Amino acid sequence: MTINQSGWKPTAPAGRGDAAGTTFTGNKALMLEEPLIFEIGDDQTTGVDFILPARGEGDRRPQAGGGGGSPHGAASAEAPLHHPAAPGGAAPRAGEDRLGGLARTASIGLPGLSEPETVRHYTRLSRQNYAIDLGLFPLGSCTMKHNPRLNEKVARLPGFADVHPLQPVDTVQGALAVINELAVWLIKLTGMYGVAMSPKAGAHGELCGILCIKAALEKRGEGHRKVVLVPESAHGTNPATAAFAGFTVEDIPATVDGRVDLAALRARLGPDIAAVMITNPNTCGLFERDLKAISDAVHAAGGYVYCDGANFNAIVGKVRPGDLGVDAMHINLHKTFSTPHGGGGPGSGPVVLSEALAPFGPLPFTARMADGHIALIEEETAGDDHPDTFGRMTAFHGQMGMFTRALTYILSHGADGLQQVAEDAVLNANYVLRRLEDTLDAPFAGSGPCMHEAIFSDRGLAPGFSTIDIAKALIDEGYHPMTMYFPLVVHGAMLVEPTETESKAALDQFIGALRSVAERAKAGDAALKTAPHFAPRARLDETLAARKPVLVWKPPVAEAQAAE
Amino acid sequence: MRYLPLTPADRSEMLAVIGASSIDDLFVDVPEAARLDGPVHDLPLHASELAVERHMTALARQNTVAGEVPFFLGAGAYRHHVPATVDHLIQRGEFLTAYTPYQPEIAQGTLQMLFEFQTQVARLLGTDVANASMYDGSTACWEAIGMARRITRRGKAILSSGLHPHYVSVARTMARYTGDLLETGAPALTADTDLDRLIAAIDADTSCVVVQYPDILGRVADLTPLAEACQANKALLIAVVTEPVALGALRAPGEMGADIVVGEGQSIGVGLQFGGPYVGLFGCKDKYVRQMPGRLCGETVDADGRRGFVLTLSTREQHIRREKATSNICTNSGLCALAFSIHMTLLGEKGLRGLAAINHAAACRAADRLAQVPGVRVINRAFFNEFTLDLGQEARPIVRTLAERGVLAGVSLGRLYPGEAALENGLVVAVTETVTDEDVEALATALTEVLA
Repeated sequence: MTINQSGWKPTAPAGRGDAAGTTFTGNKALMLEEPLIFEIGDDQTTGVDFILPARGEGDRRPQAGGGGGSPHGAASAEAPLHHPAAPGGAAPRAGEDRLGGLARTASIGLPGLSEPETVRHYTRLSRQNYAIDLGLFPLGSCTMKHNPRLNEKVARLPGFADVHPLQPVDTVQGALAVINELAVWLIKLTGMYGVAMSPKAGAHGELCGILCIKAALEKRGEGHRKVVLVPESAHGTNPATAAFAGFTVEDIPATVDGRVDLAALRARLGPDIAAVMITNPNTCGLFERDLKAISDAVHAAGGYVYCDGANFNAIVGKVRPGDLGVDAMHINLHKTFSTPHGGGGPGSGPVVLSEALAPFGPLPFTARMADGHIALIEEETAGDDHPDTFGRMTAFHGQMGMFTRALTYILSHGADGLQQVAEDAVLNANYVLRRLEDTLDAPFAGSGPCMHEAIFSDRGLAPGFSTIDIAKALIDEGYHPMTMYFPLVVHGAMLVEPTETESKAALDQFIGALRSVAERAKAGDAALKTAPHFAPRARLDETLAARKPVLVWKPPVAEAQAAE
Repeated sequence: MRYLPLTPADRSEMLAVIGASSIDDLFVDVPEAARLDGPVHDLPLHASELAVERHMTALARQNTVAGEVPFFLGAGAYRHHVPATVDHLIQRGEFLTAYTPYQPEIAQGTLQMLFEFQTQVARLLGTDVANASMYDGSTACWEAIGMARRITRRGKAILSSGLHPHYVSVARTMARYTGDLLETGAPALTADTDLDRLIAAIDADTSCVVVQYPDILGRVADLTPLAEACQANKALLIAVVTEPVALGALRAPGEMGADIVVGEGQSIGVGLQFGGPYVGLFGCKDKYVRQMPGRLCGETVDADGRRGFVLTLSTREQHIRREKATSNICTNSGLCALAFSIHMTLLGEKGLRGLAAINHAAACRAADRLAQVPGVRVINRAFFNEFTLDLGQEARPIVRTLAERGVLAGVSLGRLYPGEAALENGLVVAVTETVTDEDVEALATALTEVLA
């Protein structure tokens, strides 16, 4: 092949210096700026084609006597017509509809984009996000593990995705079978008695468990038990949930090795204690060695044990919480069982229950009958089948789309694979802990192994340097930072959860990056204070955002005046 | 195992670095008695992708797929056509496998999308502001009642009899624990809503009135007089929209004076999915922002002065306020909010109005045709894409019989209100753009035969 080489002198410049400067567009090659839809769309553009109804088609009111002459009535009267020029998309004229005089005439202000513009807008936005698909995402307690794509494929089978929750139960036996099969797995994996499948997310599951406890206490005539004990290291949802249900929240002291202080807890137990809420493994990444003893003591004092199962992924297939005396535990399907986090949900938070609490669980639930038919127990038959239920937590049956994904994941791993999941998650976390404890302060490293996450503090950083500087510098290294400043019990906490789906090579590179950044923070490298330098945005002014909240887009003043 | 990259050699090498002789050394804190000796008993072992897909496909096949039969179910979940673009874009890994945007410098995609979503929702509902989504419509409805209690410091909520019974059940469950008093009842099979009764019931103890629009029977009524009555008594009006496509044709509750408007966003972009995950919409007046539940995204600038977005007003939230938070909510419904937002962007105002017009016209045609079935009466005078039939006999067995004949006819009120004899003849029928005239004819024909 020959090409015209006139004027073409390929060179590889030695260095770029400051020549890069700014660009006309504000873009930087693959780093593309994208305006808001309100700045690029308008109310006359749509990316969807319709065959619009003929004018006045809503106005064929039934005639006196109940209908027209044709046996087919209006349904086949005429083919719909396309009215491309109809203003605002052929909304029926006033008086031609059956909207009760409530037709929306004023502008709504919803911009539309053509399909190619839409695809480009969201594709460009997507590229401003970090994600597990891009790299290691060691956000402690959040369990960012690989999301298998088989899960996505299965959830989209029409038999699951295109089924209405109120179809007659005989037409949805396969959907109910998924819920039932997943329920059985969760019960067996946890060694519990029953499970409530409908809670929509972890915090909703916590509420479910706490409401079961409240209902059980009231049934016993002990509604006067008003105190729920929660360790300071707990997720914020724990105290928020207990407070919502009308309980008073009290802290449980911790031991120096990061666990619940059993002696102090025992001393506080009494006739006013409704429950304890304990996360196991806890948010310091440590197994609560005394949980069985705690459970026994709480039960002896007439209370219940709620376990926050956010970290169940560390022990799935290895330890059954039921064997530790737990009465209720939510399971975040989006953590342990790999359903995608989706940029902040949807989650799913089934709650496994002990024999003592199962009678109080919410509606609806499934039950497999002797003949194999799966019944859906709703309000109608609850009086006979489930008289003590505390009620319904949500419309319909819970997060079906998450159930199909979680069951797919569980079946892929099987009981043996899930055990390996826990083992590899714990192995990866301990590997990170031991390889970095010489560089970063690891407050509990001396007390033994961690579980699925390793915790470090900001001790030893140069004056003025904190965890946030390490976190933001990790962004420049191509990582999502670890969870920072949580749990509250460790100063400047850095909670690192690698998960089991990271290879050793990926861990080694991450360890190298974190070590490098930590050493720079200890040396007081000023460049860290302005990190990230290579992200789509520099540090954002969160104070301004909160002081003068701008929560919806408004047209610039000049434009707004022109429109008036 | 295909999802686990560590090799046996890696594991040995890593254990050596850690200084452990075996993996069990790392589980030493688990009490001896609670350690399992192997995989949990009585459960299957790992399986290939092919085998799992085969198993799940077999289960999927046991369900009647809405798109394969004449289909008329609504009552809080609606079947609409979702453009292929929506599902493609939400499966981009950068959206699908990202977390809550805690690190805004590398989450501007999610954050800008949420800001756009909030604006779209606020405009659709006719409110000043909206949050970044809730779990679903029913939980959003409850959260609104709780918010009204915080704002008014009153504990009595008056629920319209036209509010979806599942939403009422959720509120009743929660009220049992918060001590709120709920006034509610079952609807009557009449063309008129209970707005007059609601107006008469408002008193000095009333925190809020909750009214669904269109209501569970598909009826619509002007909320303005109710909003005025609420305002006169310093109670809040909460409007609930379970079919947001309706707001492409009907005046928005916010325009009519509602203080808080919540909704189920499933209709736009999300799909039926047997009830979840869905996406709760939550909008309100500006002055109540600091009492809102859920995540909020706000505009700000970065250190270089460029526009950017962050999660904001988090001092309302559980991870900061713990037991003093406005709600225990943590996760929202981010990916479903994305689907909603993409679908809404594709539609735009023109498309949404067009879609709504098609729905309304199709529902009008269907109502007229079904009214010709002997013994059937249409309850509604006004409706959007859903109306209620009085079949003249109990609807539940009819629905089952029609399902056996391959027609999913609607939602019987007997299913929604078990034990309410006055409602047992009622059938709620939804007609969206996915329903063809042939489908309507199939329903009318089958209904004629079964009722005869």
